[in-house]
Amino acid sequence: MGVAANISQPDAATRLRAAQEERARQRRRTRLLLLAPALGIIGIFGLFPLSIALVYSFLEPGTYGGVEWVFSYDAYVQFLFERDIFDDTLAFNSAYLQIFGRSFGLAITTMIGTLILGFPVAYFIAARPPEQRNFWLFAITLPFWTNLLIRTYSMLLIVRDEGFVNLMLMKIGLISEPLEMLYTDGAVLAGLVYSYLPFMILPIYASLEKFDFSLLEAGHDLFATRTQVFRHIIIPITRPGIVAGCVLVLIPALGAYITPELLGGGKKLMIGNLIALQFGSGRNWPFGAAAALILMAIVLIALLVSLRAGASKEGGHG
Amino acid sequence: MDKLLSIFRPSTGSRELRRQPLFTGMSWLVLLFLYAPIAVLVVFSFNDNRSVVRWTEFSLRWYAAALENDDIRRSAMISIQVAFTATVFSTIIATMAALATTRGGVYRGRSAAIALINQPLMIPEIVTAIATLAFFSILRQLTGVTGIGWLILAHTVFCVPFAYMPIRARLSDMSVTYEAAAADLYATPWQTFRHVTLPLLMPGVMAGAMLAFVVSLDDVIITLLVAGPGETTLPIYILGQIRRGVTPEVNAISTILIGLTVAMVTLTFFLQRKRK
Repeated sequence: MGVAANISQPDAATRLRAAQEERARQRRRTRLLLLAPALGIIGIFGLFPLSIALVYSFLEPGTYGGVEWVFSYDAYVQFLFERDIFDDTLAFNSAYLQIFGRSFGLAITTMIGTLILGFPVAYFIAARPPEQRNFWLFAITLPFWTNLLIRTYSMLLIVRDEGFVNLMLMKIGLISEPLEMLYTDGAVLAGLVYSYLPFMILPIYASLEKFDFSLLEAGHDLFATRTQVFRHIIIPITRPGIVAGCVLVLIPALGAYITPELLGGGKKLMIGNLIALQFGSGRNWPFGAAAALILMAIVLIALLVSLRAGASKEGGHG
Repeated sequence: MDKLLSIFRPSTGSRELRRQPLFTGMSWLVLLFLYAPIAVLVVFSFNDNRSVVRWTEFSLRWYAAALENDDIRRSAMISIQVAFTATVFSTIIATMAALATTRGGVYRGRSAAIALINQPLMIPEIVTAIATLAFFSILRQLTGVTGIGWLILAHTVFCVPFAYMPIRARLSDMSVTYEAAAADLYATPWQTFRHVTLPLLMPGVMAGAMLAFVVSLDDVIITLLVAGPGETTLPIYILGQIRRGVTPEVNAISTILIGLTVAMVTLTFFLQRKRK
């Protein structure tokens, strides 16, 4: 103790460093304690269950739902082939491939549809004076928070045989018999575009929000036509927003459940319905888990492609 | 010179360039597309007729019928119980995580932590739903615990990222100078948080809590698969009714839900704008 009384210069530096280290350690500890609940709950109950689903997909279905703990890759075989119950031979069956194909087609069409409808809106909002932007942004975001089920139901009310659209068309005299719109791919597509349009508009808007529109005039001064200005200025600037919007629409559209359920009437199945069916009345949990994992794989590929698409041509930024 | 140049320019005036006239019309049409179906639903919930098609007279009878329906009341209570509990837990968890990711300095693994917190947003809901169901069915068997706690837990998980977003946004907009000043005046970290950070952060916390509440209240897919018998929430009840056929009662209860959501989101919107 007595020695510490006459501190030499290097001693002070060491103690200072020790104090700093102590504080850094304390900060790290606080940080970890603060992060632990979020990472714990999402890691254990959000991420880990995915590996359970992986395990389930390699088991045999239980008679009353659930699984039998017997290894089997039947779930994946079943995806492409049908097993004959009498002689156990496999025959090619494209029914499930068709469902995946339909989902993919509908999701991509939804993506293109939301882009065609959403891009002009995003551009329009960004070109507004700031005080008007807030109104538009609010108007576009509000439906996103409204219950998806209820919005789909409202779509159903509109496209039914005795729904609003048919009623109006018949009143004008354009048609005499109601058009059968419900339970078609068109109705599902309309529902999907309706549900996920805000996901396309918001990221494109975000990429245009800080855009200096006088650049357009600069382009114009350099004798660019309207189309050229659009192609060489606007499109490169909004590219990250378009890519983000496409991903944000594609992922939920691929896994859609409510929209095809209500507007497709159970006849036009999508992957989401197929999966849910296996965990419900289908009582084939392993097959449902396998279908879910294939969906996950498609989503991951889409994400990777989008990362590439978003990263390349970064030079386009002015 | 300018006049001379304009001869060579394409016909449109330069001031008009930012405006794409076609886009203005399309934007209003999109707005109509987004709101018309909801408007039809809301209007016909006040219709005094069993048919949801022909307008007869203004009436509140379907609201009265909906409020007297025991099934609706029971499922509404369950919805509120689940949403409220999940909101409280997820908001606390999200606030802690937001503090660690904005105030903890720059450190290794921070972006990984943020990615993990946002993970529930990156996976199709149906996948999360069946994975959670599979995991919970094992846990239920192992622990023997049943009840609504599992549903609340599942909701808490997907509410965390929604609560996290506005809280983190608010925190990164807040200057650290007040907190530094408090620390200089020998406030303990807890005192600094309690009397400086938290009051300033409150609008963000409220916004996060409301978004979490709305998201939990609206959930269908995860609830549909994870909920046990007798744990029917309001959206699940509505889904069952729609499957059976269109009734004005569903319109009425839907309108109430829409009204609640719109009120909360509007409030959130203004809470978040206040910071600017």
